[in-house]
Amino acid sequence: MSAGDTQPAAQFSFAVRHAKRPAWALIGERLLTALIYACGISAIFFVLSIFVFVFKEAAPVLFSDRFDLRQFLFSEQWYPTSEINKRYGVLAMTAGTFSVTALAMAIAVPFGLGAAIYVSEFCGPRLKETLKIIIELLAAIPSVVWGFIGLTVMSKLIVQFTGAPVGVNILNGGIILALMSVPIIVSIGEDALKAVPDSYREAGIALGATRWQLVWRVLLPAAKNGLLAAVLLGVGRAVGETMAVLMATGHAVKIPHSILDSVRTLTANIAAELGEAPADSDHYRVLFLIGVLLFTITFFVNLAADMAVRGIRKK
Amino acid sequence: MPSETHIEIRDLRLAYGTREVLHGISLDIRRNEIFGVIGPAQSGKTSLLRCINRTIDFSPEASVAGTITVDGEDVRGAKDLYALRRKIGMVAPLPVGLPLSIYDNVAFAPRCAGMNRKADIDAIVEQCLRQAALWDEVKDRLDSLGTKLSGGQQQRLTIARALSHQPEILCLDEFSIAIDPVTTMRIEDVLKDLRKNMTIILVTNLTQQARRLADRTMFLWNGEIIELGPSDTIFGNSPRDRRTYEYVNGLFG
Ligand SMILES: Nc1ncnc2c1ncn2[C@@H]1O[C@H](COP(=O)(O)OP(=O)(O)O)[C@@H](O)[C@H]1O
Ligand SMILES: [Mg+2]
Repeated sequence: MSAGDTQPAAQFSFAVRHAKRPAWALIGERLLTALIYACGISAIFFVLSIFVFVFKEAAPVLFSDRFDLRQFLFSEQWYPTSEINKRYGVLAMTAGTFSVTALAMAIAVPFGLGAAIYVSEFCGPRLKETLKIIIELLAAIPSVVWGFIGLTVMSKLIVQFTGAPVGVNILNGGIILALMSVPIIVSIGEDALKAVPDSYREAGIALGATRWQLVWRVLLPAAKNGLLAAVLLGVGRAVGETMAVLMATGHAVKIPHSILDSVRTLTANIAAELGEAPADSDHYRVLFLIGVLLFTITFFVNLAADMAVRGIRKK
Repeated sequence: MPSETHIEIRDLRLAYGTREVLHGISLDIRRNEIFGVIGPAQSGKTSLLRCINRTIDFSPEASVAGTITVDGEDVRGAKDLYALRRKIGMVAPLPVGLPLSIYDNVAFAPRCAGMNRKADIDAIVEQCLRQAALWDEVKDRLDSLGTKLSGGQQQRLTIARALSHQPEILCLDEFSIAIDPVTTMRIEDVLKDLRKNMTIILVTNLTQQARRLADRTMFLWNGEIIELGPSDTIFGNSPRDRRTYEYVNGLFG
């Protein structure tokens, strides 16, 4: 449009004002809403019913006189098949679960977050694509294969380097679990960093920040929720993992004193014994009770994380 | 009238991939002047600013030819890139509140530069927020998130932040695009004050703003300088180029 040009006034036919959507479109929307609602409710329903089922299987023994909850939680004696002196204490296995998970996280969190930062902020586009493909491949390796690696390769290496009598122990399980969690932490962490708007990066750089200062002072605070989610999903994988730890940790029921001790985790114990425990026996029911215990642990971990996220958000 | 050359740009060419968006422009910006840059969208105004503080390095597809010197030092051979960037304050069209508290936003650059005495940083934060005419509104809630402020306040926060590293050059890229006229006028007053201490490059979509503030103004169009001269001439009745007259008077098309 240059000087002097005039344009004819726009012609409105008022088609919009008189337009009407067909009835089926409205019904369709209602249906879709109902469907999505049903999906959401059923997710809650399924989780609840799994919990109810597990709890129901465990309940008879939990409320019987033969059973002592304090002994269950705080005794390390696990003799479920003894003829004369049955003992159902899971403290050693709880300690096993916590020690293996803690070691795995101590390795996986710094490695995973470091790799996520490297992939997202420091490496070139070519290398980035390659690394992402490799990371996704790692995430797709089934846990039994990891367990196999732990049992054979890793355990030999551990015996060789530490002189430990057996190579299947906390160290082995921790490393294997770390290797399984790292890909999850990297790929979700990388997504979280990628979601930080480029304008933040440019503003930080324009203020004279080096790349590292940018990462520390801008990107980590900006992406903290996503990074925390990445770590939590990694923890979730490590706590819930069964097959690999069953094969890699040595399956010994005792409270560990060093990372070269063999342990048994709660999950591995269920997997190993449920098939042999006669249905409806006390042993069988106690295994379900361990399931309830796992549920409870996970619940509190999630709750703590949720509160942490909220705390961070509020700041 | 200031006259010493502060930034010298010679035959600057910038291409994104194969598309050239600055076609060999040359100009001098003088110390302590307010240098206005006007021109329609997509003319290359923002790209020019990004070449000066070298944030253009972050567009991998961009290639730059020609020279830019600041205080006689070639920015492309800058020995200390971070020091160069601190010499230049940059304010973007839409305020970019870093996800930090108001205090931390302003303390960001001093901390990156290695300053860590609380008292020194406190003093800088207060001084910059005062300079940006924001202190009185935020002094009681320095710990709350910068992004919780209103648009106009956020833009003043980014100005305070751009002043926090005591730049010699302040670049403002269409800073008033998202703020109300009253705030705009307040910031304009701030700028008039600041020019005692620094050179200001004012890229603006409001030609009247350049007219009010700039000593000299450049009309950039499609990556070429159509005209550069004293604002009185550019906004007067007889600039050298007819297109300048048409653009300034809203007849451009
Ligand atoms: N990062 C980029 N990649 C590719 N092209 C870009 C990029 N940034 C800007 N351009 C192009 O460069 C030209 C000039 O843009 P810009 O400098 O933003 O102009 P202005 O600030 O005057 O509106 C435009 O055509 C724009 O599309
Ligand atoms: Mg622009």
